Amino acid sequence: MMKRHECFAALNRHIGDAVVVAAYSSALEWNDLFPRALNFFANGAMGLGSSHALGLALGHPDRRVVVLDGDGSLLMNLGSLVTIAAAAPKNLVHFVCDNECYEANGGHPIPNPKVDFSGLARSAGYRHVHDFSDIRSFEQQVGHVLSQEGPVFGTLHIEKARPLVYKYNDLYKTSRRVALKAALQKGA
Amino acid sequence: MDAATTTRPEVTLTGAKILAAIKDAGVKFILAVPDIVTSKGLLFPIAADKDLKLVRVCKEDECVGIAAGLTYSDTRALILIQYTGFLDSLNAIRAVAVEYKQPICMMVGLLGHEPERQPKESGRYGVRIIEPICDAMGIEHHLVSEDADVAKIKPAIDKAYTQSSPVAMLIGRRPS
Repeated sequence: MMKRHECFAALNRHIGDAVVVAAYSSALEWNDLFPRALNFFANGAMGLGSSHALGLALGHPDRRVVVLDGDGSLLMNLGSLVTIAAAAPKNLVHFVCDNECYEANGGHPIPNPKVDFSGLARSAGYRHVHDFSDIRSFEQQVGHVLSQEGPVFGTLHIEKARPLVYKYNDLYKTSRRVALKAALQKGA
Repeated sequence: MDAATTTRPEVTLTGAKILAAIKDAGVKFILAVPDIVTSKGLLFPIAADKDLKLVRVCKEDECVGIAAGLTYSDTRALILIQYTGFLDSLNAIRAVAVEYKQPICMMVGLLGHEPERQPKESGRYGVRIIEPICDAMGIEHHLVSEDADVAKIKPAIDKAYTQSSPVAMLIGRRPS
């Protein structure tokens, strides 16, 4: 098991000008650690992060789009794995932070904590699929994972995070979306 | 007066005209789940059209997220679904289209609708509630049941993207 903030720190060392689309607890933790204009959090409805990311990736084929999904979120939009695999954006990397629970909703377990997200992504047709439980391994390979031709999938087996303060109004405020669009238009 | 003079001209809705209006509105992506109302007259021609990129999704609410993501590149998209999928996607539409004020353009097939009636007077419950739901959510909607209605499509899509607001175009008859 890894700590999410350690995974994110390793990821950030290679993130460059990628757009990061993050959901719920991952969004809060990523934004706390790495606030940047190229972050997108306003998924609107649980599970839609991967779908927003697909739209961003299709609209910006020359820019990498990285999804930091949640296990509960992805379970609500499993079909998006098939849709993304079929649309086959070369610039999309899809991580799921698997801590086997609905962390943002009280920590209740997901229906089947043993679900194999990497297996589902592989069956759906993702070009490359990874599974990480060890932070050293992730630190060594994350740069390579981000450089692969997409769609790429990676399961990050993580512990429940340090207690988070869920400030959704701040996370989803309009100014963040305006800043993202401006940054993309500027080519930042 | 002979029979020929009393026969009402046949009312038609032509898929090719709808497709031309969609393209005229600058739409580049179609996000779709097959719907038998629009299957033959719209989705098959769209799938064969080299000017449009078709993304086949598994569930209709995915379309809302994808269309919103595409707005960050100013790329216009049209969601093509059945009213059942519209109903299934209401939370995504509520959040992304209405609360976040995104230009989500939906073309919604009214399966089972009787074209000679207004949707609100349909014998089918699911069809009957669509316009009231749009009204309750503040979503602009237009009925497209015959060729004369096709002229509504481009202005509706233009307005959605200009004002960053959602719109639903309700297909009340199977396009030829």
